[in-house]
Amino acid sequence: MQAMTNVLRRELAGYFATPVAYVFIVIFLMAASALTFYLGGFYERGIADLEPFFRFHPWLYLFLVPAISMRLWAEERKTGTVELLLTLPVTLQQAVLGKFLAAWLFVGLALLLTFPVWITVNLLGDPDNGSILAAYIGSWLMAGGFLAIGSCLSALTRNQVVAFILTVVVCFLFLVSGLPLVLNFFKGWAPQVFLDGISNLSFLSHFAAISKGVIDLRDLVYFALVMGFWLLANIIVLELKKAD
Amino acid sequence: MIEAKSLTKQYGDFTAVDGLSFTVNEGEVLGFLGPNGAGKSTTMKMLSGFLTPSSGTASIQGHDLTGDTLALRRCIGYLPEGAPLYGEMTVRQFLQFVARARSLSGSDAKRSVAQTMQRLNLEPVSSQTIETLSKGYKRRVGLAQAILHDPQVLILDEPTDGLDPNQKHEVRRLIRGMAEDKIIIISTHILEEVEALCSRAMIIAEGRLLVDDTPRGLVRRSRYHNAITLVVDHPQQAASALSELPETARVELKEHELTVFPQPDADLLAAVTGAVDMHRWTVSELRWESGRLDEVFREITGRAQQRGTV
Ligand SMILES: Nc1ncnc2c1ncn2[C@@H]1O[C@H](COP(=O)(O)OP(=O)(O)O)[C@@H](O)[C@H]1O
Ligand SMILES: [Mg+2]
Repeated sequence: MQAMTNVLRRELAGYFATPVAYVFIVIFLMAASALTFYLGGFYERGIADLEPFFRFHPWLYLFLVPAISMRLWAEERKTGTVELLLTLPVTLQQAVLGKFLAAWLFVGLALLLTFPVWITVNLLGDPDNGSILAAYIGSWLMAGGFLAIGSCLSALTRNQVVAFILTVVVCFLFLVSGLPLVLNFFKGWAPQVFLDGISNLSFLSHFAAISKGVIDLRDLVYFALVMGFWLLANIIVLELKKAD
Repeated sequence: MIEAKSLTKQYGDFTAVDGLSFTVNEGEVLGFLGPNGAGKSTTMKMLSGFLTPSSGTASIQGHDLTGDTLALRRCIGYLPEGAPLYGEMTVRQFLQFVARARSLSGSDAKRSVAQTMQRLNLEPVSSQTIETLSKGYKRRVGLAQAILHDPQVLILDEPTDGLDPNQKHEVRRLIRGMAEDKIIIISTHILEEVEALCSRAMIIAEGRLLVDDTPRGLVRRSRYHNAITLVVDHPQQAASALSELPETARVELKEHELTVFPQPDADLLAAVTGAVDMHRWTVSELRWESGRLDEVFREITGRAQQRGTV
């Protein structure tokens, strides 16, 4: 535990020791507001809720989370510090979890900094703040899912650009796997269980309810499983690839 | 004590380390010597618990390398090749991170960080970020993280690589200062380093152990061991006169230098100086050779290479 928090602290401090943190937060906030107010029609809808804000989070994360996760392991492997880290008395699990949690907390911080949107909606009307809190939690969980995928894929390579592209592609597949467009492609020749399976894998289907403020235990379990699965894969990938 | 038994590492089909077995005891400074690609770094990566051997094993202070390596890693200090460091951290932050990872708590951590910084003269740069340091300072930070917890076993991969002669000297002095009660393994392809630092040297090529000896013993294997090289005014005449001596095995004339090789156990020096007196040659240079390490190294590793290609 202490070893894990030590890694976590180092990582988190690392974000703020470089411009990464500031650039990320500024872009995240600008993109989030632009999507909410222009594409989401926040004012035009005339409803006091944050649905237009949360609706775009999956797409926002699709590009911004890989930008955070790409360096998690690729950079350590490129500079050789992975050898330093993994010869300290720190287990692979502790290292993977510490780095992941730092990135997750960091994205959580960026998410918290969108609070002016919440203030705005409270000034303009009388929203259901319970649903908004639920949606925030759901959004953060989804970010964790994206991050776990990105962390695992960044352990596959020494090249951050490759890690970024791989992560965007895989995350995109996870996003769209529930859309009719994709399901229609499989319809007719693939068995129904398979269709249900891939539509159930979709981040979008699980986030849809959450973004409206409805928290279903199954959606929470889903995101927890996604994170668990990819972090486990991350440990295995590291074990196999750290030598290269 | 370190005990390696048939340590082997394969990368795909390629065997980087091929059945290394050796034992190292407290107080020894063992030099891994070998050409680039010999498998020195791979061996050290296995000993430090970073890589799992493909076969064979080693135990360090009783901790086995193939099981849970956590206990093993606790008693080792390791400087990876090229001394990788977290560039965005300051020296102090970095060493504090390592101290905490080494489970040193609060005041212990502070004390050992302070002591180590003092020992390696890192205080002037303690709040500078590592990426802005000169190469010599970076290497010292690398050494500092390795010795922070005062480990019984130190594994240093090319600790002086890329440093200037003064920095090399400085790093060697530091390593020598720690040698007394520890086990130190360093790798190098610099031969003078072995003579300057090590109590024992292992020459490795293509993943195999070729020679395990003291630096002095290695030098003795040189054909130049106890030979005498001199520069005289009439080299041709001197060469033929010297080759007549009963103590002489062979004489070689290269440019202006005359090298006389001794018969086994012969007192060549007395014989050569006697001959110089008798013939009244003018000698501008005369040196007794203890042996040439680079020649031994080339001889040993070259032989291995030939075997490999035939
Ligand atoms: N990750 C790797 N994958 C494949 N081959 C490797 C890898 N690491 C090292 N090698 C090869 O193994 C051999 C030994 O390398 P190394 O242990 O670094 O040698 P040294 O440190 O003695 O120069 C070299 O031929 C090198 O190319
Ligand atoms: Mg090497």
